[in-house]
Amino acid sequence: MKFDKPAGPNPTDRMRILGKPFDRVDGAIKVAGQAPYSYEYHDIAPNAAYGVMVGAGIGKGRIATMDTRDAERAPGVLLVLTHRNAPKMFGQQKKQNTTSQESSEGSEEAKGAHAAPQLQGRDIKQHDEAVAFVVAETFEQATAAAHLVRIGYSAGKGRFSLTEGARNAKPNPEAEDAHVGDFDGAFAAAAVKVDVTYTTPNQSQAMMEPHATLAMWSGDQLTLHTSHQITHWSTEGVADTLGIPHDKVRCVCAYIGGGFGSKLEVYGDAVLSAVAAQKLGRPVKCALTRPQIFNHTTHRPPTIQRLQLAAGRDGRLLAMGHTTWTGDQEGARGELATEQSRLMYGGANRKLETYIATLDLPKGGSMRAPGEAAGLFALEGAMDELAEALDMDPVELRIVNDVQQDPTTQDKVRPFSDRKLVECMRQGAAKFGWDRRNRRPGQMRDGSLLIGHGMAGGIRNNMVKASGTRVTLQSGGRVLVETAMTDIGTGSYTINAQTAAEMLGVPLDRVSIKLGDSLFPKAAGSGGSWGGNSSTAGTYAACMALRTAIAARMGMPADAEFVDGQIRAGGRSIPLASAAANGPVVAEDTITYGDLEKTYAQASFAAHFCEVAVSAVTGEVRVRRMTSAFSAGRILNAKTARSQCLGGMTMGIGAALMEALQVDERFGYFANHDLAEYHVPVHADIPDLDVIFVDSLDTKSSPMKARGVGELGICGVGAAVSSAVANATGVRVRDFPITLDKLLPHLPKVA
Amino acid sequence: MHTEPTGGVSRREILGTGAATASMLAAPAMAAVTPDKAREADPPLVRVMLTVNGKPENLTLDARTTLLDMAREHLKLTGSKKGCDHGQCGACTMIVEGRRVNSCLSLAVMHDGDTITTIEGLGTPDKLHPMQAAFVRHDGYQCGYCTPGQIVSAVAMLEEVRSGAPSFVSPDLEHAEYSDTEVRERMSGNLCRCAAYPNIVAAIGDVHAGKKS
Ligand code: FES
Ligand code: FES
Repeated sequence: MKFDKPAGPNPTDRMRILGKPFDRVDGAIKVAGQAPYSYEYHDIAPNAAYGVMVGAGIGKGRIATMDTRDAERAPGVLLVLTHRNAPKMFGQQKKQNTTSQESSEGSEEAKGAHAAPQLQGRDIKQHDEAVAFVVAETFEQATAAAHLVRIGYSAGKGRFSLTEGARNAKPNPEAEDAHVGDFDGAFAAAAVKVDVTYTTPNQSQAMMEPHATLAMWSGDQLTLHTSHQITHWSTEGVADTLGIPHDKVRCVCAYIGGGFGSKLEVYGDAVLSAVAAQKLGRPVKCALTRPQIFNHTTHRPPTIQRLQLAAGRDGRLLAMGHTTWTGDQEGARGELATEQSRLMYGGANRKLETYIATLDLPKGGSMRAPGEAAGLFALEGAMDELAEALDMDPVELRIVNDVQQDPTTQDKVRPFSDRKLVECMRQGAAKFGWDRRNRRPGQMRDGSLLIGHGMAGGIRNNMVKASGTRVTLQSGGRVLVETAMTDIGTGSYTINAQTAAEMLGVPLDRVSIKLGDSLFPKAAGSGGSWGGNSSTAGTYAACMALRTAIAARMGMPADAEFVDGQIRAGGRSIPLASAAANGPVVAEDTITYGDLEKTYAQASFAAHFCEVAVSAVTGEVRVRRMTSAFSAGRILNAKTARSQCLGGMTMGIGAALMEALQVDERFGYFANHDLAEYHVPVHADIPDLDVIFVDSLDTKSSPMKARGVGELGICGVGAAVSSAVANATGVRVRDFPITLDKLLPHLPKVA
Repeated sequence: MHTEPTGGVSRREILGTGAATASMLAAPAMAAVTPDKAREADPPLVRVMLTVNGKPENLTLDARTTLLDMAREHLKLTGSKKGCDHGQCGACTMIVEGRRVNSCLSLAVMHDGDTITTIEGLGTPDKLHPMQAAFVRHDGYQCGYCTPGQIVSAVAMLEEVRSGAPSFVSPDLEHAEYSDTEVRERMSGNLCRCAAYPNIVAAIGDVHAGKKS
């Protein structure tokens, strides 16, 4: 089904099952510990050998010497793979000409776009890249033997500092810059302006399940149970790396312990387990160790961002300038932090420029809302500073600068498909009690605590992807849904089952659903917040095809209604189950899209309101409460969507207050590479969070009329927290995270 | 060994084994492993008898096997998760002799004779423990990977509160009382990157209230 015209009324509008806060259909097996993650398939691979990856101990240079004899002789060891005995592997064939972050995550891809060659020589490009892979009978033996691989390095000189790299940074070929009107003239002439520089650090996705793979061969056919967000990217990545046809690789990603962007790429666990399993003729499994995850896998790259905002006395933006510097390995995109500034607010004179420095740190990648999460820190922080300079309420400032069409695309009018930023602001402000805020900083106290209120807006670009589903009406009237879509905690199992139940008029418990197998129809996968909307649109398409097939079989008109387990038309009503009396009815379809994504600006919106308490004595910041309002089109399951938002809000609080990978600039690696040193929010850091969904339907996005919600929650949160800290203390920290050492020297003297 | 010192870094600091990821400064110690030592056989196998989820188990294990890997790899009880293997995340939480522990930080051989409960011992998909059911009701999870640890931890934690054991946030060291603040403090060893925290606190509150009535 091609979605190329705005959706009219359709069966999803009944909302009998869609939208309702159903418990997750995969809930019981998850809470009982019965959902199998990739490392846990004892039933199908009882004799799996254990692989342990050895990572490089330098950030850049060469392997000078390598002695594997002791490791090979160690008890239980079956194989030691190094650059000397690894097969030839293949990387990306040619550089794709992409212009934005979205398309680099997108569809027209170079061959080998997801390939990840390992052990291809002595050169070391990043810390903890694989230098050896030790396979043994047991995990303990493999771990012990991994320590016996003796490697001497010849360390090269690496570029590990963004501050230094920014001096010779080049325009970022992955980003689309914009120059509209006369920015310099307008900025110089304006009555009120701010010109401020923010920095955001390297961050780690730190999902709870380490990347893990079980690899097994049958003849020339490879099956991987692997922890990846997009089944076919994994399949293609591994196949292209090994130089075998895509159809020789099957990937099963049935349960995934979180991803947040980290599991959009293929890593050593998958490729090396596959190679070892072939060499040994038996299944091999490997999980990256927690410390390896921080340097071997991708992270959110750092940014330096200069915001130049100028307004008239009425608060209307006259000039909006956002210049960003980021750093990444050669050819990688860095963090595209100007993205949101294209669409968020008006202003006739605009300058968006994006520079990138080549760094020899581990390769960057996607982390929840790549671009926006870091960019909104700066844009929304600067908006708060502008409100202060204008002595204007920050909500009002946003409202006067709201736009209903893309403010940066000049050559044509490109309206928003559904933009409810102002409604988010109003509803959030009312629920939070924003009118009781004291605009003057440092005025509210609770004992030795300084209390502050802050707010920020959020935006996340909406993307859609082709997605297929197969739906079967089984004898007995049960419905089976199968798609290669993944569920990384997002609720895909549940919302796709709800979609099928709604479309076919059956209760949710009549639907069985299977996900995450590349043998199922190719699907959108989980990335860029496109998964929920796109995969359910695929299920919608398949259900429409199944309805047609069933109606034809039963001699009913094509527009028959499917409701209450019945097929109804023209006064006739027959049980749905009877259609499968002579065997199952199967339909498969894929949703594809026209150009509505281009003709309409599509994005989800948020507004966050936050109260912090800052200890006047220690500078410690605690978030006391937060209310966030979201507009993301139709909410497909109110319970799981709320959870997505809670997760994003919490990660935003983490980014604001604690998360930063510390670069050791001598050796070129992230020094705090575990969960004791890389701090993520824990229970005690997070109060009850209040989530509001603003009613909306996006008919330009898909037949589901939904938009992405998974990354929206984080967008803008950091700026709400930093603005609240500024309101509490009068201190504006522009270097994230806001740790107490940055606050303490500037706090008022304690009496 | 051909190492070229870079900017103030000594040869010794760069000389390392491939596994020296924890810190370059730890490298010299790791490089000191002698070839003779390396050729030593596995540590002896050790017999361990313990009770897991009410079932007596009699295992012969490599002495290096953690309690977590004993469950996951030997008993094929994979409900307990390995999030870090370093005692930093709580995904591996089990109840050992009535107390919650990070099972990745404990060797199986240290638990000869012990009674252990894992997530599989609390309930099954068809017959959920009240805490498991409350997690489903409140959506106290997303990806599900931290979840068994959260649930096992929560069950043991309620017992700790009931027994009056105080925590860092207890206003009165003599009589700890249940509160959301107590729950947040006591559950802070169980990380959830999906951040179901508010829902987990609500789920635990349900179970606590149910037990009271
Ligand atoms: S796996 Fe034991 S605490 Fe993380
Ligand atoms: S549910 Fe994913 S980490 Fe807690």
